[in-house]
Amino acid sequence: MKTICFYFQIHQPFRLKRYRFFDIGEDHYYYDDFTNEQIMQRVAASSFLPANELLLELIKAHGGKLRVAFSISGVALDQLEQYAPEVIESFQALAKTGCVELLAETYAHSLSSVMDEDEFRLQVKQQQKHIERLFGVKPKAFRNTELIYSDEIGDIIYSLGFKTVITDGAKAVLGWKSPNFVYQSATNPNLKILLKNNKLSDDVAFRFSNYDWSEYPLTADKFIDWIARTPDNEQVVNLFMNYETFGNLQPRESGIFEFLRALPTFALKQGIEFLTPSEVALKLKAVGPISMPNPISWADEENDLSSWMGNDLQREALNKLYSVSERVRLCKDHRLRQDWNYLQTSDHFFYMSTKQFTDGGLYKYFSPYDSPFDAFTNYMNVLSDFMERVEAQYPSTVDNEELNSLLTTIENQEKTIASLEKEVRQLRRSGGKTAKAAKPAKAAAKPKAVAKPAKAAAKPAKKK
Amino acid sequence: MFGWEFPPHILGGLGTASFGLTRGMALQPDMDITFVIPKPHGDEDQSFLKIIGACNTPVVWRDIDWDTLEKRFGSYMSPQQYYDLRSHIYADFRYLYTNDLGCIEFSGRYPDNLLEEINNYSICAGVIARTEEFDIIHSHDWLTYPAGIHAKSVTGKPLVIHVHATDFDRSRGNVNPDVYRIEKDGMDNADHIICVSNLTRNTVINNYHQDPAKVSTVHNAVEPVSREIEEIEPIRHTQQKIVTFLGRITMQKGPEYFVEAAYRVLQKTDKVRFVMAGSGDMMDAMIRLAAKRGIADKFHFPGFQKGKQVYTMLKSSDVYIMPSVSEPFGISPLEAMQVGVPSIISKQSGCAEILDNVIKTDYWDIDAIADAIYSIVTYPAMYKYLREQGKAEVDEIKWEYAGQKVRKIYDQVLGR
Repeated sequence: MKTICFYFQIHQPFRLKRYRFFDIGEDHYYYDDFTNEQIMQRVAASSFLPANELLLELIKAHGGKLRVAFSISGVALDQLEQYAPEVIESFQALAKTGCVELLAETYAHSLSSVMDEDEFRLQVKQQQKHIERLFGVKPKAFRNTELIYSDEIGDIIYSLGFKTVITDGAKAVLGWKSPNFVYQSATNPNLKILLKNNKLSDDVAFRFSNYDWSEYPLTADKFIDWIARTPDNEQVVNLFMNYETFGNLQPRESGIFEFLRALPTFALKQGIEFLTPSEVALKLKAVGPISMPNPISWADEENDLSSWMGNDLQREALNKLYSVSERVRLCKDHRLRQDWNYLQTSDHFFYMSTKQFTDGGLYKYFSPYDSPFDAFTNYMNVLSDFMERVEAQYPSTVDNEELNSLLTTIENQEKTIASLEKEVRQLRRSGGKTAKAAKPAKAAAKPKAVAKPAKAAAKPAKKK
Repeated sequence: MFGWEFPPHILGGLGTASFGLTRGMALQPDMDITFVIPKPHGDEDQSFLKIIGACNTPVVWRDIDWDTLEKRFGSYMSPQQYYDLRSHIYADFRYLYTNDLGCIEFSGRYPDNLLEEINNYSICAGVIARTEEFDIIHSHDWLTYPAGIHAKSVTGKPLVIHVHATDFDRSRGNVNPDVYRIEKDGMDNADHIICVSNLTRNTVINNYHQDPAKVSTVHNAVEPVSREIEEIEPIRHTQQKIVTFLGRITMQKGPEYFVEAAYRVLQKTDKVRFVMAGSGDMMDAMIRLAAKRGIADKFHFPGFQKGKQVYTMLKSSDVYIMPSVSEPFGISPLEAMQVGVPSIISKQSGCAEILDNVIKTDYWDIDAIADAIYSIVTYPAMYKYLREQGKAEVDEIKWEYAGQKVRKIYDQVLGR
């Protein structure tokens, strides 16, 4: 029996506003609220809401036989909560059916998996928690930003407790092998790998409404027929795509929703079932190990990381950003942590790609900037301000270890103070005359006030 | 080809472009070029084409012996050429002022009696057209359009005109009717019009009402830097970064936007110096503006630079800027990129159409210009990237390719 495994990606970055160098040190708010809101609401209305509605209807109509997976980045969730909360609700309704699996990824849709392991671990956990809070389920399968994967990343993911990972069926890695099998990691045999079927996924995501395509128009029965006619031993077809394919990248009038509506009917008729990634991994055995020493992704022809870290500008920006990561993790300032997340989003680096000079379309479509230089300048200006703020919290003259020990001391002091205060209260209760003992405790409380001035300062600055 | 300037004695970009283009075209084995200029100085490089000076073209018959001619211009034109031309005098021009050789005197510059000089040039063109053998006529810029038209009417050979600039660029819309008339006349009579950028092409189509089908764009290119230039050592006395503007300080070049942008940058950092090299009618106003903004200590006016000085200045810079309001092409940023200087250009420049590894801003967007300057002098990756990639990019912009495009147009016009 053949299986279709659907996974849809949902992500929108917090685009930065025009941030000139003279704003550095003056303005600590970085986001283009207007554009972000506009895009999110447009995508929600044209794509997420109607597609969710349709999926819910189909799941009910087919008695739970249609099963799909979603991966929603943390930054996209933040934006949805802010600009289109009804989408969250409709996802919650989908999650309730039990036919929808939510995948784990990095909260910030970041490149931390290749830049900073500690940060990566933290973000994955943060995202898991976030999904659990919103949808009541803890993600069990993992997909990384832009399907970036390598053996090394596999090790980290496995150590985080994941048994299933999703990545791209890059030709360079697969060679003659078919993506339509479950593979296992060469380094961790218990970690199962699902590979994107590039041809069939892109037929829907990119070619569906292309008049020049020889297979146009693509109908559901033709598409299912292709899947049914794959060799008998091939078990699973992984269709991974951007959720915006439905209604945004492929507009409603192209008939994409009707295509989706008809798909399960034809599939079930041909005896093809639907499973989510975790279910596939449970049900099917791995046919063999696959090794990926170099990171791959689902971008462009090359399937490598060159879209995000291919030129000096991108590498400089990334190195600068992650040079402060340890510092930021020491900070408790909520706003700083939030900016830290939003600045890590991979899209910022995508906009700096100079590949657009040769292969323009995709970059020009997504980038809000005129040129990669513009993107770099704007980002670096923002980053400069951000780094100044980090510096203001913890000057770079104090080295990390020293700082860490100081922070631990303060933390311990806080604990001591708390316990002392407790003692004081008990003593007070037992006998009023011991009130004097409270005084030394107050004095000791001072370092606490020093440690947390930023929290108070940051809150009023946060814009709506 | 009819041109007005030819290196080494040049007054503007026209001469540089004429030289580069002809040299690029001469690489085609079946291409012979005769280039007419008003006044050769004798030190022009004639290795790849033949130069005829209008000032050495007789329009009145005089009996001169070989030795005299040999003495006068033997080093760059053969007496036989003179005799050939003399046999083709086609009318009585004795009413004109001519010298002892029967030739009209030319300044070869842009004198006050320019219109008269253009007319005389056209008279000489008639003689040359009757003498020389050629398949196609190519006129560079409006000064030589009448000559081209004359040659076309005499020989019936097709005329291609090359628009390096229009009066709309030079005057910012305040067009001189005489110039416009000559330009329009040239375009109307041309079989094909070559423009140096799409920007110029649009001007030609919209303001001179030409049929888009006969207007093509062939972007300019740059000559590779010579050994001599490569060996020039930059002068660096300070640790400070240097941002340079190089060109005529006139309204067309947008110098005021540069001063304003400099003011913004200096508010945030003082490790930058600004240089506005060149001269022009807005220079005094710019000096006053810099003083008014209180940045005169960081803003320098070294005056007009020539020859090697230009490259010394470029090489000593960290950023080159050209905020032109309207620039048909603008070859100078390419020259800056050749020596590894990151460039900022206005989107209103023709060269912006072919360059990727530069920063492009609107000429009026002072904030964006300032931001770009700040970015290059502050973020090393930006400097390094533009420096390396810019050079690599501009090294691939060759006159040879431009020449091939011109050749295609010739073939099309000739119906080959």
